[in-house]
Amino acid sequence: MTNAGATTEDADNDLSRRKFLTVALGAVAGTGAAFTAVPFLSTWAPSERVRAAGAPAKFDLSKLQPGQMTTIIWRKQPIYIVNRPKDITSKLGEHDARLKDPKSSESDQPAYAQNEKRSVRDDLLVLIGTCTHLGCLPKQHFEPGDATLGADWPGGFYCPCHGSRFDLAGRVFNGSPASLNLRIPPYHVDGNLLTVGEDGAAKTGVA
Amino acid sequence: MNKVAAFISVSWLALAGIAAAAEPAGEAAGAAAKEAEAGPLDWKSWRANNKVDSINSLQRGARNFMNYCVTCHSMKYLRYSRMAHDLQIPDDMLQANLMPIEASPADYITSSLRPEDGVTWFGKEPPDLSLMARARGVDYIYRFLKTFYTDPSRPTRTNNLQLENAAMPAVLSDLGGVQEAVYRNVERVVDGKTVTEKEFSHFELTTPGRLTPEEFDGFVRDTVNFLDYAGDPTQVERRSIGVWVVLFLLLMTWLAWLLKKEYWKEVH
Amino acid sequence: MATTEQGTKPGLWGWINKRLPAEEFIRSQLLEYYAPKNFNIWYFFGALSLLVLVIQLLSGIFLTMFYKVGDASAFDSVEYIMREVDYGWLVRYIHSSGASAFFVVVYLHMYRGMMYGSYKAPRELLWLFGMLIYLALMAEAFMGYVLPWGNMSYWGAQVIINLFSTIPVVGGALVEWIRGDYAIADSTLNRFFALHVAAVPLAIILLITLHLVALRQVGSNNPDGIEIKANKGPDGKPVDGIPFHPYYTVKDIFGVGAFLLLFCIVVFFVPTFNGLFLEAANFEPANPVSTPEDITPSWYFTPYYAILRSIPNQRLGALAMLLAILMFFFLPWLDRSPVKSIRYRSGLFKFFFAVFTVSFCGLMYLGLQKAEEPYVTLARICMTGYFLFFVTLPFYSGREKTTHVPQRVTFHE
Repeated sequence: MTNAGATTEDADNDLSRRKFLTVALGAVAGTGAAFTAVPFLSTWAPSERVRAAGAPAKFDLSKLQPGQMTTIIWRKQPIYIVNRPKDITSKLGEHDARLKDPKSSESDQPAYAQNEKRSVRDDLLVLIGTCTHLGCLPKQHFEPGDATLGADWPGGFYCPCHGSRFDLAGRVFNGSPASLNLRIPPYHVDGNLLTVGEDGAAKTGVA
Repeated sequence: MNKVAAFISVSWLALAGIAAAAEPAGEAAGAAAKEAEAGPLDWKSWRANNKVDSINSLQRGARNFMNYCVTCHSMKYLRYSRMAHDLQIPDDMLQANLMPIEASPADYITSSLRPEDGVTWFGKEPPDLSLMARARGVDYIYRFLKTFYTDPSRPTRTNNLQLENAAMPAVLSDLGGVQEAVYRNVERVVDGKTVTEKEFSHFELTTPGRLTPEEFDGFVRDTVNFLDYAGDPTQVERRSIGVWVVLFLLLMTWLAWLLKKEYWKEVH
Repeated sequence: MATTEQGTKPGLWGWINKRLPAEEFIRSQLLEYYAPKNFNIWYFFGALSLLVLVIQLLSGIFLTMFYKVGDASAFDSVEYIMREVDYGWLVRYIHSSGASAFFVVVYLHMYRGMMYGSYKAPRELLWLFGMLIYLALMAEAFMGYVLPWGNMSYWGAQVIINLFSTIPVVGGALVEWIRGDYAIADSTLNRFFALHVAAVPLAIILLITLHLVALRQVGSNNPDGIEIKANKGPDGKPVDGIPFHPYYTVKDIFGVGAFLLLFCIVVFFVPTFNGLFLEAANFEPANPVSTPEDITPSWYFTPYYAILRSIPNQRLGALAMLLAILMFFFLPWLDRSPVKSIRYRSGLFKFFFAVFTVSFCGLMYLGLQKAEEPYVTLARICMTGYFLFFVTLPFYSGREKTTHVPQRVTFHE
């Protein structure tokens, strides 16, 4: 066996070698631990089953009469699909002053829905039916001049939880607890088939 | 501490040996067993010799499965989309060639055969094949597909050497041909008495199939390969990650060894 | 800054130490705990057992996040984990390989104890806690194997639970009570899940804590079987001892690395281990009307299974199996020799111990084979060799011819 540290220089070398090896081993082991954590944490990511269920949802628009709304589920979220009557959509530009974000510059929508009608078609509204305040489902109040909402109510949505109001393009009114317009999901329309969950190949802004 | 090093090396070599023996990742292309000249055909020693990392073979196997097997057998744990992703099949080819019209890519592979019809026509439901390669092994399935022979006494008019009185008919006979099992008499000494027994000798091809024997063998191998993949879709990724993990652990253990020696040289 | 009453510990560490004996614990358990300096390779397996416990707890908890208990969903949920949960296959293989790794490590750990007399006074209680951990581990592994609800899960459970029917008078009712049904069924699966995930792990952790406390109380044995505390130097420390930290912490890190290397080779390259760790029959769902060709338990149970099968009477076979396990509990009192380590014991002891070793390994192999000749006769021979070790001990160990036990530890490179 080697004789134990004969000189202080040997002892110093030993100590620095020890420190080097400890640091090296610590770094390698730490890296290993980090790499080991990755697969375990990854198991929490949406699984293939969840991703498959999150595939785009389809709806046949010919089923909707003017003034009617239906709700479908996409990625566990309620999606409102509204066949907007022309008399309301033509007046959508008239109450910009009462809105918090009339041009939707702060709100969340795909590029092709960042217009006055917030849609690819005037007669169609597709939005995520989750109030941008705290997440309740806003209720439809499409009749203008509603008794509870006031004579100047142009038609839209009213959230029963805390009173936020949105017009028939999902834009939020002043005085509402919510600050952003209702979100628009990616979607595209082919003839009468609406597909929610993916952008279409061609995006048109006019009906 | 040489004993420690020796122990580790020996265990590692032993494990490596077992690894090599237990899960052949497709060794060099051993052809199907040639028929022995003198003795009986040694079909029990046939091995599939499939290479589960061969994308081309798996693609052919998937095609074979969809053309010949899925009419009766489901693969209820495998999605079309997953198969397409792992086998590098583009979406349009998947939908055009490998899927029924009414299915979506995210669907699991199901058979259109209703269970009750399976029972009526075959006597039992054709089993789901997702895990068959893990439950029986690829060699079993390879032998099963290659040892069908004519047997007029059975309702399917065929029988099988690997699975006696199999309920499944010889669905690949138009490819591989129809063969007869030839038996011969063999004398054996049992309990001191000489007894004459019938022993399987070899196959005789009575009607050739559309494929040559080599082509048919490749067909079966590809199909079995696909079943191997379907039973354990992550195996290729698993082994490739494993290489890195083992290399990393070798490095870490070596550093730990050095550190240990460093501290322990003053003890003794 | 907290007031330093002890005067030495500043900041956060001082704040903690005024409220929890953290530093004192570290000092007494690591820096000032002296372990014998002659530990050899057999002394890795205690720490490795702890490591495997942690591995099983971690991988098990993550499996529980995705597994769906129930006879209609369990099998499918395992395939879901294997195929559709990102890296689910890795978590599953870690857990299934870890179960076998646990028994490899624990058997080697127990074997060390038998070789060096670590069960003798004053370590009898330490040994008993260890044996209780072993029993709990067997229960845990048995129930865990049922959870995937494969065909071997079902039929293995059916066979083993039926053993309890051999208990006189209450056997039949007991079996029905354990199962919660007239055969292994959904109710059995559900309660095994609860026990496997919560109850037995808690019991194991409690027992391991007691095991470690008992160890710290009496100190470790060593390959020479001499008590190092009997020989203290002028500083009051055992002359044959070294502080656990840094010497055995750094040595155990190496042991951990070497173990993980072997473990990961299994996990990534041979997770089924040719049907020993994950049996082929379990890739088919449980089928009450179709028995697998050979119902064998996992390899770590097969020694006892071989003993069970070698006696043609079911009740006696079960009794023999139980006795085989219980023998370990009696070992500290069966063995009368004052000499602890096999190194200094008689040729007779070495002979019987060798016979025991060969018999145990033989039984393990034979339990995996079909119940036919020549395996049955060989199992009977091995069973005799197994029991012989225990039953002969009280007769010769009190007066066996031992060699001179040294005062100081020795090193066998």
